[in-house]
Amino acid sequence: MTLDTIWVYAEVVDGEVSSTTLELLTKARDLADTVACVYAGDDADDVAETLGSYGAETVYATGDLEGALVGVPVAAAIAAAVEAGDGPDAVLAATTYDGRDVAARLAVKLDRTVITNCVDVEVDDDTLVGTEPIFGGATDIKTKLTGEGPYIVLIRPKSFAAESSDGGEADVEDLDVPDLGSSAGAIVSDRFVEESEGPKLDEADLVVSGGRGLGEADKFALVADLAKSLGGAAGASRAIVDAGWVPYSQQVGQTGKVVKPNVYIACGISGATQHLVGMKGSKNIIAINKDPEAPIFGVADLGIVGDVHKVMPLLIEALASR
Amino acid sequence: MKVVVCVKQIPDPADPGALDPETRTLKRDVKLILDESDSYGVEMGLQLVDDAGEGEVTLVSMAPNNEQSGLRTALAMGAASATLVSDTELIGSDALTTAKVLAAAIKDQAPDLVIAGSESSDGYTGTVPEMIAALLDLPSVTAAKSIEVNAGAITVKRQTDAGYDVVDCPMPAVISVTAGVVEPRYPSFKGIMAAKSKPLDEKTSADLGFSADQVGWAGSGQEIVDVAVAPQREAGEVIEDDGESHLKIVEFLENLKVI
Repeated sequence: MTLDTIWVYAEVVDGEVSSTTLELLTKARDLADTVACVYAGDDADDVAETLGSYGAETVYATGDLEGALVGVPVAAAIAAAVEAGDGPDAVLAATTYDGRDVAARLAVKLDRTVITNCVDVEVDDDTLVGTEPIFGGATDIKTKLTGEGPYIVLIRPKSFAAESSDGGEADVEDLDVPDLGSSAGAIVSDRFVEESEGPKLDEADLVVSGGRGLGEADKFALVADLAKSLGGAAGASRAIVDAGWVPYSQQVGQTGKVVKPNVYIACGISGATQHLVGMKGSKNIIAINKDPEAPIFGVADLGIVGDVHKVMPLLIEALASR
Repeated sequence: MKVVVCVKQIPDPADPGALDPETRTLKRDVKLILDESDSYGVEMGLQLVDDAGEGEVTLVSMAPNNEQSGLRTALAMGAASATLVSDTELIGSDALTTAKVLAAAIKDQAPDLVIAGSESSDGYTGTVPEMIAALLDLPSVTAAKSIEVNAGAITVKRQTDAGYDVVDCPMPAVISVTAGVVEPRYPSFKGIMAAKSKPLDEKTSADLGFSADQVGWAGSGQEIVDVAVAPQREAGEVIEDDGESHLKIVEFLENLKVI
């Protein structure tokens, strides 16, 4: 059983369609007969080929939003299409900053709730059922959207593998943004990128992360050094991001990035549910922690009960001497 | 400068509890505390009022029981008063209903700013602040790292995956703040004593004009159809460091052909 039409909110990062968008498109093909994208911007022609090759037949583009944060205009545009009878049966967006804004605004516009943080979604009785991990992934709950559509679902990045459909370039059509009234006005005036060395955290094959067990901010250098010597990316637990040791863009967890590398090395991280959700999908997990009772050992393939300040320098040295 | 801060009282994350097998909601019969994520919003609100030299921070919260201890914590930090919307009809409310109830409680206060945490530490939907903005027909900036007020408008640094954006926004507006951006103050003894007598207005959903079929399970657009133990990873080998354990890691990485 499938729905007729699903629209996927498409996001572009650094000029490239985000991998999460391609994951959502891949899943949407299983769920609906017709898949289309909603795109915020005036350069939809540049992404229509990629979106089409993952199954989008049409890209509905808002045109230039002149720096506006996307939530208000995109949700208003989708709601207007729904009102005109041209809307989809469901809208999928990713659990990203912009994806959540779009879904939340749209929920109010359509007076339909949204289910969030889904790692899977399926069709049941003409509606959608989402699977959401809770308690750090110990329990999965399935939530069915009731009542009439369109149904709105937010999906966590890396929930599905992206697979091309070999589809041709998507048609680009205008999606009109109606008058936004008093909700308009949040405009991006400048953008800053925090540079980090090495591969991107959410794309790296190997991630070394540090937590509170490092003891002090300066000791994060151990994490950065180990990551560098292994050609990986450096990540962090929420505790040390909140403490201001490391920028938020390096946070792994429920809040932060979901990573699924080949190897994840957790250093001085106890494994709060918040953190486990973001890294449990890693293929191989190594953990170093002083506390033998730390939950991180419950998911580790190799656990070292020991002091990161002793084990990490020796490890870095051993790798350097190879 | 009138700031409303939305706060949530949650089970202690150190002991997150369990789902009630009957209702499939998170058990909240344990003592609830102020969600740490919200303490950042409270702190940011207090700082903005301090900078403005006038005004106050008021709190708005919703709970299925009449728990107050988390609100008292935020009052002890320096908020002036609180509104708690609380009744058993609210059990099972989805994100949209929660936003509707909070928006109704905020509306009459006509604040210059509404501040909320980006997401709660127990439910994590991360959608309620933006929904409140939509319901109040206000502009919004989510995931704020800082807020600066300039002549009736605000400039916000908004977290992005790669860094941050600078966003200009008129007031009134709704802002959600990320954790870790300010250092939430510890309530002083004087603050704790003063908080005991600060006004805490308890309302029911009916007081705000909601009928029983508009909130809770009845008003929810979703239904939990299954709760299952997720497939778990097998724990592997755990060894005590004897000064040589780093070699075990090297061997592990060699076997994976990573090095």
